[in-house]
Amino acid sequence: MSATGLTPLSRPSDRLTRRRIVNRAMELLAWLAAAIAVAILVIVVWSVAKRGASAINLDLFTKTQNALAQFGIGNAKQGLANAFVGSIVIVGIATLMALPFGILVAIYVNEFAPRAIRGGVSLVLDVLNGIPAIVIGIFVFGLIVAGHGQSGLAGSFALAVLMLPLVARATIEVLALVPDSLREASLGLGVPRWRTTLGIVLPQTIGGVVTGAVLAVARVAGETAPLLFTTSVVGTQMNWNPTHPLFSVPLAIFELSEADDPSSHALAWAAAFVLLMFILLTSLTARWLANRSRRKIGRVA
Amino acid sequence: MSVSSTIEQAVRVETKRQPLPPRERLEQVFDIQDLTAIYGSKPALKDVSMEVYKNLVTAVIGPSGCGKSTFIRCLNRMNDLVPSFSQTGTIRYHGQDIAAKDVDPVAVRRTIGMVFQRPNPFPKSIQDNVIWGLKVLGMKDNLSDRVERALTQAALWDEVKDRLKQSALSLSGGQQQRLCIARAIAVEPDVVLMDEPASALDPIATQAIEHLLHELKTEYTFVIVTHNMQQAARVADMTAFFSISRGGEGERWGELVEYDATEKIFTAPSDKRTEDYVTGRFG
Repeated sequence: MSATGLTPLSRPSDRLTRRRIVNRAMELLAWLAAAIAVAILVIVVWSVAKRGASAINLDLFTKTQNALAQFGIGNAKQGLANAFVGSIVIVGIATLMALPFGILVAIYVNEFAPRAIRGGVSLVLDVLNGIPAIVIGIFVFGLIVAGHGQSGLAGSFALAVLMLPLVARATIEVLALVPDSLREASLGLGVPRWRTTLGIVLPQTIGGVVTGAVLAVARVAGETAPLLFTTSVVGTQMNWNPTHPLFSVPLAIFELSEADDPSSHALAWAAAFVLLMFILLTSLTARWLANRSRRKIGRVA
Repeated sequence: MSVSSTIEQAVRVETKRQPLPPRERLEQVFDIQDLTAIYGSKPALKDVSMEVYKNLVTAVIGPSGCGKSTFIRCLNRMNDLVPSFSQTGTIRYHGQDIAAKDVDPVAVRRTIGMVFQRPNPFPKSIQDNVIWGLKVLGMKDNLSDRVERALTQAALWDEVKDRLKQSALSLSGGQQQRLCIARAIAVEPDVVLMDEPASALDPIATQAIEHLLHELKTEYTFVIVTHNMQQAARVADMTAFFSISRGGEGERWGELVEYDATEKIFTAPSDKRTEDYVTGRFG
């Protein structure tokens, strides 16, 4: 470089062109990565659908397995109605267990706990969230099943333990979004703390709480390990009673895929497809709810 | 000694208000002795001693950071909500020390209400804003009458009587603040504390609020914090001037400098610091 000013070593347009090419290449790479991610999802959905197509019909939802099939009588496996019913009952009860508990934990952490305890409980929730489902399964096995036998309730309990941190964390987040000025307004009237939380703060968080619940449901709907330990010795008949072991969709996928005949396999694929669709649907719902409640809270502030 | 002419005018305008009877004849609502308020380890206020009298408007003025808000929040135990807060001294409310540890702050706040700087109506309908407190505190009879009375006293009834079910958030800032005042007086407190109630409002809305204070002081006792001296001169019967004192190691805390009838504070203050403040020599 000369001392009198800029003497470019190469023509400016060369450097610029090189920069433009690099820029373009990075953009392309990023786009490719995103496209691959989307493609993976599409491929998964597509292959599951294709393999299960033969079994996706009304019977899937209305008939159960044929117990006589092992003796060669009748169509081997007909439907998975008992699995769907079982899953709905198990996940439903799990939600009823986890939701109030999770909300109360969140209320304690955000509204009442001193700062030191707040950090501790949050840490506990994070750790709980990271515990593998199979560990929870074996824990519930030792706690409830050993000695009392399997039941849908034990399965619900295991799933509820998995759901708890998700519900609690989502609720803590939305509670923190409620401005303190609202709490002060209520407390300034002489309204006690708990009444303020129930009557003013909590109603503001309903959108976020429902989102958390939906996400938690999406998470546990497909968990197999806890159910293996707690509610897997099931018959082929329809059963609604949670005090008995209930069949479930993830379990159906597991067991049917190990069977010999192709119609079982098709059923397994069909079950996988329904599960996939359910999770897609709940994830989209959770996202829509989250956007809606974010807009609402925006208006309050 | 020269006094800012606008304040002189304001005070002169207000001499149409009744002269205050001698202090011995006024009924005391608060008797504050040696109040010291501390956040963590830093004192925000030291050794404040004064009385607040019934059915008067008492203004608390002073520069930013002198502890005015801290002081007023001590009067209804709102500072309890701040984790690192502690206080010493006594605050006697009709003879009872409300700063004592065994006094329930919730009970205190039922008779000593508060209106805040930024309007903070509940995200409910206009009438539910007033009704909610009434319901929770067990005043469930004649709800609609109580609502109408509170909104009328807050000079808001005519503007909202046709849309009571609409969201409170659809009101303008001045209307929201009047709704907050209605909400506070609906539960029939004895004292209403106001922390700069008009600072977030435009002049017309401010005027409406000041007018309210004048009308309502026959029924309630008001203590209002304001950074606007003209406002204090317009509305207050008694004025307390707080200022910042500095210590050896750069500590700062607030102190009560002078407390007297408003006229005296603004026309013939006893303390030089008061005189400097009200004449605008420092802000």
